[in-house]
Amino acid sequence: MNPFSLEDKTIFVTGATSGIGKAIAIECSKMAANLIVTGRSQDKLLDTFNHLVNNDTTNHLQLLADLSDDKDLIKLINELPELDGIVLNAGIVKDILTKLSDKTDVLNVFSINTFAPIYIVQLLLQQRKIKKNGSIVFISSISGTSCGYIGGSIYGSSKAALLGFIKALALEVAPRNIRVNSISPGMIETNLLKSTSLSAEQIKNDRESYPLKRYGLPEDVAYAAVYLLSNASSWMTGSNLLLDGGFTLK
Amino acid sequence: MEISDFIKNFSNQFDDTESEVFMPNTTYKDLDEWSSLTALAVINMINKKYNVNINNDELKSTSSIQELFDLVQSKQ
Repeated sequence: MNPFSLEDKTIFVTGATSGIGKAIAIECSKMAANLIVTGRSQDKLLDTFNHLVNNDTTNHLQLLADLSDDKDLIKLINELPELDGIVLNAGIVKDILTKLSDKTDVLNVFSINTFAPIYIVQLLLQQRKIKKNGSIVFISSISGTSCGYIGGSIYGSSKAALLGFIKALALEVAPRNIRVNSISPGMIETNLLKSTSLSAEQIKNDRESYPLKRYGLPEDVAYAAVYLLSNASSWMTGSNLLLDGGFTLK
Repeated sequence: MEISDFIKNFSNQFDDTESEVFMPNTTYKDLDEWSSLTALAVINMINKKYNVNINNDELKSTSSIQELFDLVQSKQ
């Protein structure tokens, strides 16, 4: 069997309505996984579902949830079956200067980017919904872990916190052969770009500053996620996969 | 505080050991699944469920579930 295949694996993806999460769900379905996709927008979630390979309800499941709402999140976890793979991808970007930000800004960003994924893992472990030999993948960022940008202190710290979390988590679940890794992408061509403070001109110049002369595509991240979810990476845990077109080399 | 509830809470910290194994006189340290990880899980469980702090040395001073139960009860 192809070590990169996800056949017979049930994989749960958060933030699957667009960008990186959508690409991860689609690419995992191409590798024969059974998907459970979640997101906040019903229409966008349905669109992701319709793009999955073998997209009928015997293979895949879509569950609407707002991860910043504890009740929604608990209901979601209660509805999940046992999982082989978990991709904690849901995230928001907010660019704000530290001196202009307040506690509410911190809580808003951390609630989605940091607290929700941690809370999901806590509940999944308590409910024993992660199978032996399972794989948990966090989507972090180069921001906060390898570099920073002006206005990115809260976003960067919310993503960097995930790397701290996985180091201990990986040790705690290792006896069950469950693996925990993260991917830290550079800038990816998604709609999140529109929520940054950058102008079209600045984005163009920024793209050019990448040694590989482009931003990443959602599929670039999805292929890395497929690897981390598959048996091909079965000796890899507690690691952070840097995926940035060479950006942080400079 | 009931020994039956305590045993249930104790056994919940184990993933692979059958629940029938857990009795008041069970020498829990002899279980295959007993490790520093399960020890910490038991200490955390006692703190969360019974609001009692026990340290590793205190845990080590007990060998059966009944002895641990008695220790927790004495500290409540």
